[in-house]
Amino acid sequence: MTMTTKVKLITRDSEESVFSGLEESGSDSDDDDDDDEEEEEEEDDVSGLKSSDVEEDKRTGEDVQLSSKDITEPQTDIKGSKDKKKKKKSSSEVKKDDESVTVTSQIIEGLKILSHVDEYEHDSSDEEDIRNTVGNIPMEWYKDYPHIGYDLDGKKIIKPIRNKDELDEFLDKMENPDYWRTVQDKMTGADIRLSDDQVELVRRLQQGKFGDVNFNEYEPAVEFFSNEVMIHPVTNRPQDKRSFIPSLIEKEKVGKLVHAIKMGWIKPRRPAETTPQYYDLWAKEDPNSILGRHKMHVPAPKMKLPGHEESYNPPPEYLMSEEERLAWEQLDPEDRKLSYLPQKFACLRAVPAYSRFIHERFERCLDLYLCPRQRKMRVNVNPEDLIPKLPKPKDLHPFPTTQSLVYLGHSSLIRSISVSPSGQWLVSGSDDCTVRFWEVSTARCLKTMEVGGAVKAVAWNPNPSVSLVAVSFDNTVLLLNPGLCDRLVSTSTDQLISSYEDPEESKDQQVQWTVSEGEDHEQGHRLTLKHPKAVRQVTWHGKGDYLACVMPDNTSNLQVVIHQVSKRRTQNPFRKSKGLVQCVSFHPIRPYFFVATQRYVRVYNLIKQELTKKLMTNCKWISSMAIHPGGDNLICGSYDCRLAWFDLDLSTKPYKVLRHHKKALRGVAYHRHYPLFASASDDGSVIVCHGMVYNDLLQNPLIVPVKVLKGHSVTQDLGVLDVTFHPTQPWVFSSGADGTGHQNVAGRNHASDVLLNMSL
Amino acid sequence: MGGLQKKKYESGSATNYITRNSARKKLSLSLADFRRLCILKGIYPHEPKHKKKVNKGSTAPRTYYLLKDIRFLLHEPIVGKFREYKIFVRKLRKAYGKAEWTGVQRLRDNKPAYKLDHIIKERYPTFIDALRDIDDSLSMCFLFSTFARTGKCHVQTIQLCRRLSVEWMNYIITSRSLTKHPTDVDYRVMATFTELYTTLFGFVNFRLYQTLNLVYPPKLDGPGEASLRSGCDEDYALDSESYSEKLSALSASLARMVPVMEEEETQLDHFPAEGEDLEKMEAREKAELERDAQKKLFEGLKFFLNREVPRESLAFLIRCLGGQVSWDKSLCIGSTYDVTDETITHHIVDRPKIDKQYINRYYIQPQWVYDSLNAKMLLPVEEYFLGVTLPPHLSPFVEETEGDYVPPEKLKLLALQRGEKPQEEDEEEDDDDEEEEEDDDDDEQSEEDEEEEDEAKLMEIEEKRTKGKNLPVKVTPGKVKAENRTKAEQEEKAEEKRLAIMMMKKREKYLYEKIMFGKKRNIRDANKLAAKRKAHDEASKTDKKKKKKC
Repeated sequence: MTMTTKVKLITRDSEESVFSGLEESGSDSDDDDDDDEEEEEEEDDVSGLKSSDVEEDKRTGEDVQLSSKDITEPQTDIKGSKDKKKKKKSSSEVKKDDESVTVTSQIIEGLKILSHVDEYEHDSSDEEDIRNTVGNIPMEWYKDYPHIGYDLDGKKIIKPIRNKDELDEFLDKMENPDYWRTVQDKMTGADIRLSDDQVELVRRLQQGKFGDVNFNEYEPAVEFFSNEVMIHPVTNRPQDKRSFIPSLIEKEKVGKLVHAIKMGWIKPRRPAETTPQYYDLWAKEDPNSILGRHKMHVPAPKMKLPGHEESYNPPPEYLMSEEERLAWEQLDPEDRKLSYLPQKFACLRAVPAYSRFIHERFERCLDLYLCPRQRKMRVNVNPEDLIPKLPKPKDLHPFPTTQSLVYLGHSSLIRSISVSPSGQWLVSGSDDCTVRFWEVSTARCLKTMEVGGAVKAVAWNPNPSVSLVAVSFDNTVLLLNPGLCDRLVSTSTDQLISSYEDPEESKDQQVQWTVSEGEDHEQGHRLTLKHPKAVRQVTWHGKGDYLACVMPDNTSNLQVVIHQVSKRRTQNPFRKSKGLVQCVSFHPIRPYFFVATQRYVRVYNLIKQELTKKLMTNCKWISSMAIHPGGDNLICGSYDCRLAWFDLDLSTKPYKVLRHHKKALRGVAYHRHYPLFASASDDGSVIVCHGMVYNDLLQNPLIVPVKVLKGHSVTQDLGVLDVTFHPTQPWVFSSGADGTGHQNVAGRNHASDVLLNMSL
Repeated sequence: MGGLQKKKYESGSATNYITRNSARKKLSLSLADFRRLCILKGIYPHEPKHKKKVNKGSTAPRTYYLLKDIRFLLHEPIVGKFREYKIFVRKLRKAYGKAEWTGVQRLRDNKPAYKLDHIIKERYPTFIDALRDIDDSLSMCFLFSTFARTGKCHVQTIQLCRRLSVEWMNYIITSRSLTKHPTDVDYRVMATFTELYTTLFGFVNFRLYQTLNLVYPPKLDGPGEASLRSGCDEDYALDSESYSEKLSALSASLARMVPVMEEEETQLDHFPAEGEDLEKMEAREKAELERDAQKKLFEGLKFFLNREVPRESLAFLIRCLGGQVSWDKSLCIGSTYDVTDETITHHIVDRPKIDKQYINRYYIQPQWVYDSLNAKMLLPVEEYFLGVTLPPHLSPFVEETEGDYVPPEKLKLLALQRGEKPQEEDEEEDDDDEEEEEDDDDDEQSEEDEEEEDEAKLMEIEEKRTKGKNLPVKVTPGKVKAENRTKAEQEEKAEEKRLAIMMMKKREKYLYEKIMFGKKRNIRDANKLAAKRKAHDEASKTDKKKKKKC
């Protein structure tokens, strides 16, 4: 088949040349007919005229069909047609001559030979087995019928008896040598054994070759339309009109391009880069050139280089133990100290690729361009340099260093202690409702006095010529004459109290003064002052006549009262409440009065009766206050662990704030002669500091902590409750919440000074 | 008072900084382009000292750039290129949409391209500056050269990175300047960085090759290219590829621009420079000598790499240190000699045992090479034989300061470097040690016994005396309290310090406590490591003993 089509192609060209211009060659369906005609014509050359007649007949038939319009004039039509026939015949003859000239003889010969030899040899279309008339249908349709179709007479064609099962099939396959070339004809159901030629054909087709062995598919092509000008045109068709007229579409396109070029929208192709990709960029570098932005430039810090733990075979101590690993896994990835688990591999071969390599690089990239940079001045200080250079404590002796005596006796916490002006006796008031008097040097309890309530404060009269102790419990203040000191002093004190005469007009006082008699008098009670509210603190004026009492109460103006013992008079110095009063104190020399409320210390002039100063302590809650014997400095202890030192000449703000205690401060005290002050705190310690005040106004006080004394145990979160100095010796007394039964004397005097830290 | 009232936030730090978004708007760039520009130009955000002042009183977290930096970006020609590229992409898309293939072709021909040369020059005005920042680009290029060609990034980039990293390694080998062996990722950012880094890296490589008088792009030394190509490389795909492969095999030396004369060892006299004292110069000379020695560490040694060891890294190292190296012919191109070569001194193997062994060479594990380099000396090979448990591999980058933990291996190594004889820790010697230790124990015990005996004697004497007198009052001997002067002094000093710390200002105290905390933590860590090591050593020792008994 293929070969014939080839022939067809070639012949059609020639045919076109023959019939072009005369008539349209018709649809594709006519092609085969034309081919046949052509071939017949070619045969004619050999066989003679007869077939051409037949052809003519055919043509007339066509013409009749074509000119069916002219039915009105049948006669003329027939004539005309005959004329045409003649014309046609003549023209065809002429054309044939042309053809024989134009087409190279060689090709024609070859074609002819081929066509003569093979014309119908393989064309099986006519010899098809047409016993079955069902036509080209899927033969499965007859699957369930006993017949396979119908023959020409319309009788059923019965399927050949095939009762081969798979076994037969298999046997056949094994035994029959031609089994592989046996195929079944679907139309008849018969087995056909393919001949050698057919097998060869199948093989060739399978290989993608032409079916014909002799066919040469690489024959030189004949170019009809070539650049060579031939004497005879291949086609005689006149040129179209449009080939003479300039194309509008093209003009439009060109115009657009021209416009685009003019406007610079289309640019010529860039010339190829001639400079090499890399060259010596720094050929003419200026070693001193600095980048313009370098002033603010912060170079990115380099990445940390891997340490021992990142080795594939680290020393064993760098590997994590099981618990460490678990802890590591539970941490957030951001919180981990190491971003990876150190691992050990027996050999280099077993080490896997680093899985976080890409992530690590990516994070580095992000750091480089996203992370805000700041130049941080790294403090590269020696920590020792930060410690202030202070005079050495051993150059600042004397100060208490050793616990020397313990005063045992009280059964509950001791709120307050006080030393007699002579320094021989100590009084202490406790929550077990007793007041005890001790001899300082021996720690012997000389007197125990029961009072009616838990003792809040005790204060020994600072005047050496008066032997009086003020004791406050509940809303009573007792003035006692312990009778321990010089008998003369004691009797003179008693006389002083008894010599009082009631004034003519008795004033209505807020505080009731009563003189103790009988048993109470025997015990030492001299005066009882009944206050309207509970008294928390009592303090004496330096001369020993005035006594100030604090009754903390935020709502009324009666918080502080000042008693004059000699005249048994009470006055309330303040008309208005300025907040909860914590403690009060008299100035040691001048007529000033210090009142500490929660956050401020107010200094009043008692003569002018006005406020002179208000000190800002910066504390949350003041607990205690002490005034320097010189009168120009003041320390404040507070419940928020601070100790503020005020220089009254300098400022109303603290000159120095010490935060040396861990817990709330309960008491502070100055020494009367030595430059010492001490603070007692709930952390169970007493810190003694050297606090030197100079007469020179330009020189600031020198504050040096010299000793931390620890001896009290903390009970119920209360440590040391009160602290006071011996009036003449560098000894400090402290009272604690642990009331009784702890340490004994445990002191070794190894320094030249007499050192005594006494603790209750 | 005269003059207008000064308004807030109109001068000072508020005007020196600009937020990222406003910077972007000022440059009229998309965020992606802005990022790229920042990466290329090396502009990074700055953390203002007073954030609240800059942020006009607000404390919202924002990133700030210096206004000067952004102004500086305004004049960058590459910004125009970015815009051009954007337009190009838009045009191309349009042309594709309209199926104007000629238009597409034309656009592609004129695809805008930009060069980063001027940026490199601007960011690194001198070659030294460039070298200072080469580490990041090295890491990045080596990473990219290992990427698979999966389409995440351009194949050309990967190839370029590979080429550049190979060139770098070749340079290091030739100059022998090796001193120390060194998913949810946005690949666009990395690609931009790589773009910059490859450019930088290329220029640096060029310069470095020039300094060594080498041809750039690198060419192999020896027989001409033609003969190389026509050699045994037919098995490999393309000529060009095989050439680059050969280059990356790192086994051959590179061609020089000017053929090297026979190097004459001319000893130049060094004169001390002005203002440089003799000691310094001596130290420098010593360091130079050391460096030279290191360069020739593997001189004269011949290595053969078995197929399971990491070829590239090892070949690189060995060649850097002046050794010769080869591998199996089928493993990679560029092998220079065969396994059967009798002159091979070291055969590097990373498997428990090997069947056919030659007598006249050491079979060692690859860690030996790395450790030798780190130690700057040829380590004894015994610890690195096949199947032997390797000694720990230490990082060469850790330089322990005082107080840090130093692993015992490092101490041993330092001793070796000082030239001290290593303490042999063979099994037998161990036994000896143990025996000696036992002896020591015995000695101690005997001493103790003696003391006890002495005491017993004294007691007896005393008893005799007391019996003789029979006093009713017992006097117990008082214990002599040794007055430890130094201890007391120390205590006193410690107390002084404690008291002084009380007087520190709040800020200084905070700082002091922070420093001390850090110090304590370091000490704690070091102690922990030491304790762990001790426990491990003891455990391993008991294990050994058990094994021996079994």
